[in-house]
Amino acid sequence: MTTEITIELDINGRSETLTLDPRVTLLDALREHLGLTGTKKGCDQGQCGACTVHVDGARVLSCLTLAAQAAGRPVTTIEGLSAPGGELHPVQAAFLEHDAFQCGYCTPGQIMSAVACIREGHAGSDEEIREYMAGNLCRCGAYPHIVAAVRQAAEMAS
Amino acid sequence: MKAFTYQRAGSAEDAARLAAHPGAMLLAGGTTLLDLAKCGVAEPDMLVDIGHISGLDAIAVDAGGATIGALAKMSAVADHAGMRAAFPAVAESLSQAASAQLRNMATIGGNLLQRTRCPYFRDPAAFPACNKRDPGSGCAAIGGVTRNHAVLGTSEACIATYPGDLAVALVAFDAAVRLGGRTIAVEEFFLVPGDTPAREHAIGPGEMITAVAIPASPAARRSTFLKVRDRQSYEFAAASAAVGLELGPDGRTIRDLRVALGGVATVPWRCRAVEDALKGTLLEPESVRAASRLAVEGAVAQADNAHKIDLAPRLVARAILSLGGLA
Ligand SMILES: Cc1cc2nc3c(=O)[nH]c(=O)nc-3n(C[C@H](O)[C@H](O)[C@H](O)COP(=O)(O)OP(=O)(O)OC[C@H]3O[C@@H](n4cnc5c(N)ncnc54)[C@H](O)[C@@H]3O)c2cc1C
Ligand code: SF4
Ligand code: FES
Ligand code: FES
Repeated sequence: MTTEITIELDINGRSETLTLDPRVTLLDALREHLGLTGTKKGCDQGQCGACTVHVDGARVLSCLTLAAQAAGRPVTTIEGLSAPGGELHPVQAAFLEHDAFQCGYCTPGQIMSAVACIREGHAGSDEEIREYMAGNLCRCGAYPHIVAAVRQAAEMAS
Repeated sequence: MKAFTYQRAGSAEDAARLAAHPGAMLLAGGTTLLDLAKCGVAEPDMLVDIGHISGLDAIAVDAGGATIGALAKMSAVADHAGMRAAFPAVAESLSQAASAQLRNMATIGGNLLQRTRCPYFRDPAAFPACNKRDPGSGCAAIGGVTRNHAVLGTSEACIATYPGDLAVALVAFDAAVRLGGRTIAVEEFFLVPGDTPAREHAIGPGEMITAVAIPASPAARRSTFLKVRDRQSYEFAAASAAVGLELGPDGRTIRDLRVALGGVATVPWRCRAVEDALKGTLLEPESVRAASRLAVEGAVAQADNAHKIDLAPRLVARAILSLGGLA
């Protein structure tokens, strides 16, 4: 038997109150409870990076974070990166320009990871980008274009 | 995943009180615990979230050494300027571990207590025999696929590799784990499997890691962490070496040497035989290579992992020679 708990999440600046099983991950809370399906589930085991979001401004894996752990901490998902109908975030624009995807499944995670990677100062060279983006796998193998997109966005940001 | 309740601890005392509940487990970053709960290996009744306790994530480095709070994130320690200067091998062991996302989540305390990646251990549904999970049930790995299993510190009961990187650097530099009021050397904290592979650490029920302390030394300051993997990044070690070197005033005599191996043993593996063979001698490629072979003294290969016995000493020699400017 499970006892549900009620938690308050701060998702993309909006406060959301959810009553859920304590086992629910942040990833499932976003996708199944809040309808925010931009964040993807690849492996559900911390091995692929598709579920990358920002918690307290840092990139983390939402599949290995309980929703309850994130309560009280600001969460940003791909949906929160740019305003609906507004301008794309420069990293999103760079991914489009460089055709940095094929099927697109890994892309929200790649973009969330890249935004943080640039902010951390870990996008200084192609080699550094490859190393610090290693936590995001792409089954389609779009890596060369992803690196080019991150490099361009990093250059624009500096 | 078995049902559990969730509690947040406000302080270390609070955590200890909550952890006294039967079936309770501490939750720090969750990158080991939630993963294993999903695999059906960890079956907590209650998770006590210690991740919101304040004051346990400090990193302090001074002339005497470093003290790292148990809740410090791997990324914070890896990027800490004082750590990178005084303990490069420790910082590098963390920056080469897992991924940027995982390093932002995972804590130093949780990192030490991460569990083996033995695929049989991680899959109870398919492989019921595992002495580490279920004492006396046997070992599905022995006679199975053993490419990433250990060659050092194994027993008839278990051959699982300790997968972590940080603890390898810590054991090389005589670090200690603080468990509240008690302090224990990292070298004694990890237990070889023997006939009780389910008992992995010298941590008592209700005890919590509060900090890790590393004494400063010239060898720690001139140190490196080399890690060889099946892919270039985001992978556990096939073999790793944490090495520190102090040379005498002539710049050629080895005054102090620290060597530890990872990815090849059931626990972080200090190689004193290599250290003792080389201390006081001149730094020469030939003698370094010969002595490095002592790192795998007593190694026992399984069907698929004999390569580790060649790999590990080469890594040790490369690390020593590169620190000495000879490679
Ligand atoms: C895909 C993947 C790749 C990885 N690659 C690497 C790698 O290359 N190198 C490497 O070293 N690691 C690697 N890891 C392991 C990772 O570093 C660990 O999972 C992490 O460090 C655990 O820390 P945590 O805070 O998330 O621990 P948790 O999962 O929260 O806890 C782990 C265990 O420790 C206990 N615990 C936690 N904190 C304390 C405390 N303060 N006192 C007492 N008990 C405590 C918990 O009860 C639990 O049993 C990888 C993990 C994944 C998922
Ligand atoms: S090697 Fe150890 S962990 Fe792996 S199946 Fe055997 S007993 Fe279990
Ligand atoms: S879904 Fe989270 S890392 Fe793959
Ligand atoms: S674009 Fe298909 S997985 Fe990356």
